[in-house]
Amino acid sequence: MAAPEPFTGATSHSPVQHHILSVLVENKAGVLARVAGLFARRGFNIYSLAVAPADDHQRFSRITIVVDAESAPLEQIKGQLNKLVNVVDIKDLAPRESLERELLLATVPVSDTTRTVVMDAVAQANAAIVDVGSESVTIMLASTPIACDALERRLESFAHVELHRTGRVALPRLSSH
Amino acid sequence: MQITGAQALIKSLEQVGVDTIFGLPGGAILPVYDPLIDSSIRHILVRHEQGAGHMAEGYALATGKPGVAMVTSGPGATNIVTPIANAYMDSTPLVVITGQVPTANIGTDAFQECDITGITMGITKHNFLVTSAHEIPRAVAAAFHIATTGRPGPVLVDVPKDVSQGTMTWWWPESLDDLDLPGYHPTSEIDDADITAAAQLIAEAQRPLLYIGGGALKSHASRELVAFAEKTNMPVVTTLMARGAFPDSHPQHLGMPGMHGMYAAVTAMQQSDLLIALGARFDDRVTGRLDGFAPHAKVIHVDIDAAEFNKIRHADVSIRSDVRSAIVALDAVVTTTPNYATWWSDLHQWRAAHPLTYDTPDSDGPLRPQAVIEAIAAAASPGTIVTAGVGQHQMWAAQHWSYEEPGTWINSGGAGTMGFGVPAAIGAKVGRPDRTVWCIDGDGCFQMTAQELVTARAEGIPIKVAILNNAYLGMVRQWQEMFYDERYSEVYLSPDLPDYVKWAEAMGCVGLRAETPEQMEKVIAEANLVNDVPVVIDFRTDAREKVFPMVPAGATNDDIVVHPSQRGEK
Ligand SMILES: Cc1ncc(C[n+]2csc(CCOP(=O)(O)OP(=O)(O)O)c2C)c(N)n1
Ligand SMILES: [Mg+2]
Repeated sequence: MAAPEPFTGATSHSPVQHHILSVLVENKAGVLARVAGLFARRGFNIYSLAVAPADDHQRFSRITIVVDAESAPLEQIKGQLNKLVNVVDIKDLAPRESLERELLLATVPVSDTTRTVVMDAVAQANAAIVDVGSESVTIMLASTPIACDALERRLESFAHVELHRTGRVALPRLSSH
Repeated sequence: MQITGAQALIKSLEQVGVDTIFGLPGGAILPVYDPLIDSSIRHILVRHEQGAGHMAEGYALATGKPGVAMVTSGPGATNIVTPIANAYMDSTPLVVITGQVPTANIGTDAFQECDITGITMGITKHNFLVTSAHEIPRAVAAAFHIATTGRPGPVLVDVPKDVSQGTMTWWWPESLDDLDLPGYHPTSEIDDADITAAAQLIAEAQRPLLYIGGGALKSHASRELVAFAEKTNMPVVTTLMARGAFPDSHPQHLGMPGMHGMYAAVTAMQQSDLLIALGARFDDRVTGRLDGFAPHAKVIHVDIDAAEFNKIRHADVSIRSDVRSAIVALDAVVTTTPNYATWWSDLHQWRAAHPLTYDTPDSDGPLRPQAVIEAIAAAASPGTIVTAGVGQHQMWAAQHWSYEEPGTWINSGGAGTMGFGVPAAIGAKVGRPDRTVWCIDGDGCFQMTAQELVTARAEGIPIKVAILNNAYLGMVRQWQEMFYDERYSEVYLSPDLPDYVKWAEAMGCVGLRAETPEQMEKVIAEANLVNDVPVVIDFRTDAREKVFPMVPAGATNDDIVVHPSQRGEK
């Protein structure tokens, strides 16, 4: 049985109580606006949000929302979300009992003097080089939010880094049941 | 059979049983107005789209059926945003059909284009942009299903012009599955464990209180409520949204709680050890400052909308159900009949010490607004429907009229929309032509939507309007007097500008005026003799009159301010 990862903060800068909602919605125009609008209107904070077609991609999409559980009681957030007619199902994934993964892409300028430091960072993070230019490389990391946070912090020491993260997706841990 | 989208729209409305549409045409909705000529549906042509929306609300609140309004795109649609927001706050079943620019023009800033589904996303229960003529029956059937089931509310259906002009083969969704609403589950079975837990709390309570909200009216629970209250001998309060759900004349009724509630009702909430909230949502106008609200009470919360539980106040037991079914379930398990003698002795004492009161009017005027309402009530036939605007007059109308049955009190509660009264009265009268309908209005409110009296006259809808003309935005004036050191800022309106009698006459109504108690009795009698056209009465009331009791904003219910004449005794 894999040991659960330590409870993680939702942001790389300030650890806050977070929760993951995996929301199955009808794949219709404007549904994302309905969900996002509801959060804005009711003062619920979204830390990250990822959307993609679900299994039956003609009809449904899955939105993975990381919510700041301090901005409102989770029961309220779920209750209000449930009232959206296009929301079909809400799974509430407690961080300790779920597997969270996120994708990070970063283009980092490299020179002869920095090349080895960058390569060290890549190797240490278990990241991959996915593109190589004459003066920069693009790094990819698909891992836990903590690992992405660590790599992001590491890369902060280089100038002119362009870094994007997807926001996480999650599934329940098999080992927790 | 091939028909146009417009024909399909009208046919769909007929199919769901619509008998009346309140609306006003324009470019994008033009195709739909053509087949309307051949339909059995009555269309009422309003003078402003806000009027159409509030009329549809008044119709819905008086009949229990969904109200329907139809308007054009752009400004037509934005003009009906206020009624949609109002219906959302008060959970009123409303279906609004809006025209939209042709599909190909959406997103181009076309003439009279506006993103009305985007604008109304946060103030509708749901909305649809229909993208093909074939989808019209499904959209209409789904709109009515959503508007009327679970917690009711407004639904908007936006129909682009090419969709209404397109053709389709007629079909009708025969089952709920055909509506294709996989995420909509408006009701669920009552959980027996919740009923058992509630019965346990009831058995332990010494000072229980039935706190009745608008959900009791929506679920037609009045008969069951009276039976349950009588069986248990519990006291009852009815919120502004629930007036009429439990007869005012019933000895167990303490009246309305809240900011302008009856002293006994407010104090009963504060002293209760068990609040049984039935279709009520702990609105701030009822609770006052939350950390001082009902400090000793456990809570049983019954609501069809599960998101209401623990939103404002922790519920010790929550029962997701419509009010009527929940009362039936509770009635089956609550057996003991404690008599709550100590509790009732306190309640009787509070009621006796602080009844509603106001100063006696002088015989040469000005009129006391409360006396005007009582005089109209005394001369009104039983079952008369009352609508109101928003302000002092609304509170007095809620306090000084005795509501004996559901659907007789129609007002704007959650949104507090000035100008609601006149169009709502028109809608109510259309829905219940057998009833007398009085609108108790303020002079400020009247000026916001009075033009709909032209509609009323043209369509033969004889409502009666009592303007409590205090020459002020009175409720705001009251706050400035009490909380801003009598510094009156932008609240004076003038009693004579406009001349309400001439204005009424110009709109084809009977216009009357009363300045003294004697004239008051006379004009009320006169108004009651008019049955064919609308009547408007300009009652000149005392501008200094204030609504009491009052729980000041930000104060707890314990700091209720009673009428000056009762202050020594408190
Ligand atoms: C559309 C709208 N605008 C402003 C307000 C704020 N407001 C609440 S009561 C009130 C005064 C209403 O005046 P009037 O209709 O004369 O009623 P009165 O209080 O004098 O009885 C105002 C301005 C409101 N509720 N609705
Ligand atoms: Mg006034």
